[in-house]
Amino acid sequence: MESAILAGLNGLILGFSNFGWGQAVMILIGSLLLYLGIGKGFEPLLLLPIGFGAILVNIPLAGLMDQGGVLRFFYDTGVLTEIFPILIFIGIGAMTDFQPLLENPKIILLGAAGQFGIFLTLLLALALGFDKLEAVAIGIIGACDGPTSIYVSSKYAPHLLGAVSVAAYSYMSLVPIIQPPIMRLLTTEGEKKIVMGIVKQPVSKTTKILFPVVVTVAASLVAPFGTPLIGMVMLGNLMKECGVVERLKQASENEITNIVTLLLGLSIGATMEAEKFLRVETIIVLVLGLIAIGLDTAVGVLLGKLMCFLTGGKINPLIGAAGISAFPMSARVVQVEGQKYNKKSYLLMHAMSANAGGQIGSIIAAAVMLSVLKGMGMG
Amino acid sequence: MDTWTFGWTVALIGMGGTMLVLWLLSLLILLLKRIFPYKSEESASPKR
Repeated sequence: MESAILAGLNGLILGFSNFGWGQAVMILIGSLLLYLGIGKGFEPLLLLPIGFGAILVNIPLAGLMDQGGVLRFFYDTGVLTEIFPILIFIGIGAMTDFQPLLENPKIILLGAAGQFGIFLTLLLALALGFDKLEAVAIGIIGACDGPTSIYVSSKYAPHLLGAVSVAAYSYMSLVPIIQPPIMRLLTTEGEKKIVMGIVKQPVSKTTKILFPVVVTVAASLVAPFGTPLIGMVMLGNLMKECGVVERLKQASENEITNIVTLLLGLSIGATMEAEKFLRVETIIVLVLGLIAIGLDTAVGVLLGKLMCFLTGGKINPLIGAAGISAFPMSARVVQVEGQKYNKKSYLLMHAMSANAGGQIGSIIAAAVMLSVLKGMGMG
Repeated sequence: MDTWTFGWTVALIGMGGTMLVLWLLSLLILLLKRIFPYKSEESASPKR
């Protein structure tokens, strides 16, 4: 009887006896993510489940990521199969309004420049000794697009998924802090003050409906291995624009996206086990992610300067910073910066066009990269 | 394939490819707008 009681009591202290400093640190990191989401409002929809998942997976002996564990089930079912990010893309498409881009399509090129950080960071990661596929996963943080980062990193370097996702979502919410110094540094006083004319070209409903179909076919023919990304975003957008499947559109942007976001966040948090996350390479990934978004901004502004030069000063280079995928935050940053230097400057609509271009650009850049890698026999 | 050949190939084709596809899309948008202009749609709508 005595030994049975002791054995029973022993079961209650097993958690403590198996609790190491690594798990303690990870629970603090999970709590920090919760604080950023709840207290600071940084991407709470993702950071809350990621933070809580990180806490859950670091409880000793709970076995949530062991074979048969509930978080392992979510991870295997939704992340390894790439189903979760794909479903979120449908919701993103259903929520995105491409009207500003359709009104001013030339600005879409800024959305391409805003992705160059992906490829430049890939080179940096290779220089720092990461292997090829790890470098691809790190570079994709520069897409400044959470689901795209998750899709690519889960495909090529699932062991970096936690770090890449945390970097992608954290930096997306830090865009108002990251971008302005780079924008100020790369533009002259005169360029910052440029007032851009109003571009108001109404777009027909037919064009809006055909746009997702045309983009899917054209972009997928060039980059066929990115069709799951492009196709799902455009499917969501078609449902939004056609106006005849309101229930499907509502479900895509609400119920489906909400459920998948919760499970995806938990699954990402579940990859943040102490022994896998507490490494020097995690810190390097976080730093490279920051550099990636800085490079996106810099190249976007530089292309903006080139367009300013080619148009004889009609384009304010600041709008180049909005060529990233953080919509509409980046466009707002451009508007605020422009107003600081010229109260008569209203850059918001132009920046929204660039920002919508950045949303498509991030998906196209990932699609192109997937296809190039496939063509090289990788992935 | 060595690391740097890989890196530069992905970077150059990636950047060029992204730029090319988006430029192509901008042309297609302009084409769509020309074929289906806003006004023609308005005039095609049923009159009350």
